[in-house]
Amino acid sequence: MATKRFGKYGGQYVPETVMPVLNELEDAYDKYKDDPQFIADFKRILKEYAGRPSMLYYAEKLTKHYGKAKIFLKREDLLHTGAHKINNALGQAILAKRMGKECIIAETGAGQHGVASATVAALFGFKCKVFMGKVDVERQKLNVFRMKLLGAEVIPVEGGSGTLKDAMNEAIRYWAAHVDDTYYLIGTVAGPAPYPELVRDFQKVIGEEIREQVKEQAGGRVDYLVACVGGGSNAMGTFYEFRNDKDVKKFGVEAAGKGMDTDEHALTLEKGRPGVLHGAYSYLLQDDDGQALEAYSISAGLDYPGVGPEHSYFKDAGIVDYVGISDDEALAAFRRVSELEGVIPAVESSHALAYLEKLMPTTKEDEVVVVCLSGRGDKDVQMVAKVLGEEI
Amino acid sequence: MNRIDSKFQELKAAKKKGLVIFITAGAPDIESTIAAVKMAEANGADAIELGIPFSDPMADGPIIQRSSFEAIKKGMTVKKLIALVKEIRTFTNIPILAMGYLNNLLNYGLNDFFADAKAAGLDGLILPDVPHEESAELRELGDKLDMPIVEFVTPGTVPRRITETCVNAKGFIYCVSVNGVTGVRKIDYGPIGKVAQSVREQSSVPVAVGFGIGSGEAAVEAAAHADAVIVGSAVLKKLLENDMDAAAGIVSEIRTALDKAYN
Repeated sequence: MATKRFGKYGGQYVPETVMPVLNELEDAYDKYKDDPQFIADFKRILKEYAGRPSMLYYAEKLTKHYGKAKIFLKREDLLHTGAHKINNALGQAILAKRMGKECIIAETGAGQHGVASATVAALFGFKCKVFMGKVDVERQKLNVFRMKLLGAEVIPVEGGSGTLKDAMNEAIRYWAAHVDDTYYLIGTVAGPAPYPELVRDFQKVIGEEIREQVKEQAGGRVDYLVACVGGGSNAMGTFYEFRNDKDVKKFGVEAAGKGMDTDEHALTLEKGRPGVLHGAYSYLLQDDDGQALEAYSISAGLDYPGVGPEHSYFKDAGIVDYVGISDDEALAAFRRVSELEGVIPAVESSHALAYLEKLMPTTKEDEVVVVCLSGRGDKDVQMVAKVLGEEI
Repeated sequence: MNRIDSKFQELKAAKKKGLVIFITAGAPDIESTIAAVKMAEANGADAIELGIPFSDPMADGPIIQRSSFEAIKKGMTVKKLIALVKEIRTFTNIPILAMGYLNNLLNYGLNDFFADAKAAGLDGLILPDVPHEESAELRELGDKLDMPIVEFVTPGTVPRRITETCVNAKGFIYCVSVNGVTGVRKIDYGPIGKVAQSVREQSSVPVAVGFGIGSGEAAVEAAAHADAVIVGSAVLKKLLENDMDAAAGIVSEIRTALDKAYN
């Protein structure tokens, strides 16, 4: 049976129109998740197409920079399409194909999940529509063009504030009207059950590989795991394998935007209250009347006012510590890691890397830190140049 | 007996089809909502669905979305909605159901909301993001206060779930005419007719059809399968344009068409 709740969080708060197709998805996932052929197909395509396992890289210069624990980077940025998003997109595409669906739809903020969805649509022969807030379409032109090159149709969403949460509303509306032939490929561990479980299962390979890789590269030791959290899929993928390892400290890094004490942030788990958005009960940034607020971050991949329900459970259960990193701190890490390691990280992942500033002084030399480098930063260079006041 | 049940009894005795009019509370402002309720009743509405504006109305089409955003911008809140119901109760006994998304009620506090809304004179609730699987706690609270939680069936609802919905149904069962969101369009009422028929065989609770109905002709078609029809976007569009006469025209056209076809 599918997992509908993580503690009190999760559930299926969707219009009745969508329930039959959610039930269909639950049944399909129940049928295939332990099916050897399905698992073999997924593993093969992760290896041959996406490029897994992703490397665990010992960041020697970064380690020396802090002079404390050894720092390893889990290089999801080296995967095809440049981020961990491809893991989930491939898994769900195989499932959608098995279910006999012909069209996939997806929501996207920065465009990374949109690109991953457009990619798997090209590969598997699906028609693909990507819903994207009008504001995001404007500020992520490069990814919009990538999606078009891959044959997807990008649908700008005007409603609300024209960002990720509005794109998700519109994707759900479209889905409700096209349930017969359309598969909704949600990009993160949020949404109604079974999505949080299903996306987690397609991302948990990150943590499983870390477990194996540290055996050879770090004497089997891992003391700290750090990953950024927007909706929370790369963090869930990193942490899930270690959820019962109490001696592995896990840090989920949210975007503190212009600062913890301002109104412009995406600190859903630190400053939100539980509520229902996009089908699940989870922490939510909301006003005094229960209206979902716009989240803010310099990183378009982290500015979502909700979060995956299993993260809410992990927070309450004390399994993961959730912390905040501001725009400025993330940008400093973006430059630091570029200069020290020759790796330009995504501005999302830069939030996780920035947390090293706070974490490293508390560590010991014989300890091991693994940071999930969830995506590459090529998509961000234009934005960063603008912030730095440089013309390119 | 609550106002919803007695209204449906009254309609049944008079062999009339019911007409439910949806109005987003506070769009474009509270005064016009009050005027709209009066207009709807004067032109033959049997019940009012009062929309609680939500920032992310995922079951709604462009008109109700726009009305929600406008109402929120103008400062509409759940608290003000309850006060509004109280005010409406000073001049009419028409059944009033609130239609909204769960988060606004969770945020208010479910126990408090039910108590305050009941005291103000609200009769029932319609929550499009709460399917049967998630409604147990709400139904329990509603049962205690005799405030029905109206549940949905759609053309795609499978027989097992139709049965589960019928077992606990109160007030009426909302038959969504078509897969998709709210908003006027041409609809084939055949598929929902079959579902409504199945509901009738399993429950004595009245059946109302909604989504897409914007004219007398459409209402008559939809009502063939139901005890009542629900009209939202068509009237609301006129209200947003501040055209009360045109809104009244639509309500009255639908009322007349229903009475002519089913008497």
